[in-house]
Amino acid sequence: MDAITLNNVTKTYNKKTVLAVDNISFSVSKGEIFGLIGPDGAGKSTIFRMLTTLLLPDSGKATVGGLDVVKDFKAIRGIVGYMPGRFSLYQDLTVEENLTFFATVFNTSIEENYNLIKDIYVQIEPFKDRRAGKLSGGMKQKLALCCALIHKPEVLFLDEPTTGVDVVSRKEFWDMLKRLKAQGITILVSTSYMDEATLCDRIGLILNGKMLSIASPEDTINAYPEKLYAVKADSIYHLLLDLRAYEGTINCYTFGEYLHLSITSNEAEVRKYLQDKGHENVEFKAITPTVEDCFIGLLKHQDERNSNKNE
Amino acid sequence: MSETVIKTNKLTKRFGDFVAVDEITFEVHKGEIFGFLGANGAGKTTAMRMLCGLSTPTSGEATVAGYDVFKQPEEIKKNIGYMSQKFSLYEDLTVKENIEFYGGIYGLTNKEIKEKSTELIDKLGLHNEAKKLVSSLPLGWKQKLSFSVAIVHQPKIVFLDEPTGGVDPYMRRQFWDLIYEGADKGITIFVTTHYLDEAEYCNRVSIMVDGKIEALDSPAGLRKTYEATTIDEVFYKLARKAKRSE
Repeated sequence: MDAITLNNVTKTYNKKTVLAVDNISFSVSKGEIFGLIGPDGAGKSTIFRMLTTLLLPDSGKATVGGLDVVKDFKAIRGIVGYMPGRFSLYQDLTVEENLTFFATVFNTSIEENYNLIKDIYVQIEPFKDRRAGKLSGGMKQKLALCCALIHKPEVLFLDEPTTGVDVVSRKEFWDMLKRLKAQGITILVSTSYMDEATLCDRIGLILNGKMLSIASPEDTINAYPEKLYAVKADSIYHLLLDLRAYEGTINCYTFGEYLHLSITSNEAEVRKYLQDKGHENVEFKAITPTVEDCFIGLLKHQDERNSNKNE
Repeated sequence: MSETVIKTNKLTKRFGDFVAVDEITFEVHKGEIFGFLGANGAGKTTAMRMLCGLSTPTSGEATVAGYDVFKQPEEIKKNIGYMSQKFSLYEDLTVKENIEFYGGIYGLTNKEIKEKSTELIDKLGLHNEAKKLVSSLPLGWKQKLSFSVAIVHQPKIVFLDEPTGGVDPYMRRQFWDLIYEGADKGITIFVTTHYLDEAEYCNRVSIMVDGKIEALDSPAGLRKTYEATTIDEVFYKLARKAKRSE
């Protein structure tokens, strides 16, 4: 059975003037980690809020754990854990008080499901008497995850859980998600880190309230339409400007120490162009795209379509 | 040797027994893009607050844009730009009003403010949004606008505290295009980020661990020293050793 289903779900705001989610359908299997990626304002948080029964869809049908988000909202609240994008624990309660509070609300105790949160909780336990409002960003994140897990939910909703979190803590966080998955918990997560998107079983690319594609990270990469190259030279900024000005360039953008380039012409022509422009120590190699390249390609495509429309 | 815009010597900040920033010594040159990395809680924000003249150091020395952080914090504030992920623009002012407000705060004349707002709105393609409240803009647009506003008075240096947090990969590139352009014009960029691909876009990068600067070099130099293929790996090797838990 699917843990989450959406069928033609639409949501508008401001008396129907703002279309936030536009006729979206997808489903998430039990025990799957499904990643939602898309720019700010794409509609990701609205989807989270409808599935956690905090917002009503305008039309369409959605279920969580087989329960209807409109009719069975009370039952759904008992089986889901939700970490909203903004820190929403009680700032004036201590770490331990927050956790006890959430356990009590769900008729359980910290002890009962301690095994589920142990790996993360031991890291914040030294600060259990500190008020939540006084915790650093990474610590708040860990506490929020503990609070979302304390009633052993079937489905976990994580809305940008790692924004502002350093790479070491992010890795720990995702190790934790894998362990939760192994226990059969279904996870819907949004992120702006593409290395995290790669760790999902499937990812959905969402833009302007519409789902553009749903596929595993491997299939997303295989669907990349062009040949991609990594290029670098001594002056990377001027290389970027020159390659963007080159007529055979489809797209060129920074990517770590290299630029990524997709072209309509061939490699030899580009090399000659760069030589004529006086670039030194040019390195040029064909590469396999990453999820990040796929995402950038889709957004650029969409951006150009929009600007053509406006003209 | 180019002009030095930031110079610190054993700069330290204590809160009671806690040493948030522990004797950091480094220099940043004019027009340089300097990446200031570290795990959550390593002391980056505290260090940045001292450099911006917002927090008085406990000991050590530092000059920013030629002014002393102990004696001339007000002069520093006038000569720098600052933006962070958390706060930069007034949400209930329009795009145009924000530009005018910051122009005024930074002491531009009315004529300059008028020219600058036209220029910025043109450059960022915000004609349709100029009279809309900033709260209605998507995050990526806000961040591009707030960077532009932070350098509206052409400061020598701009401090960017996680400017791209939560911003999608496509918009992050557009944001970095603005950074490159600013640096090319001679503005020094001091930037923190958790997206380590962005560390590669910096001329030099420092990595803070437990209040100390553990490493400082060009991205290529760091990769070589730590025998790593990416800055992610370098960061991981260093930050994992941290004893202090936030």
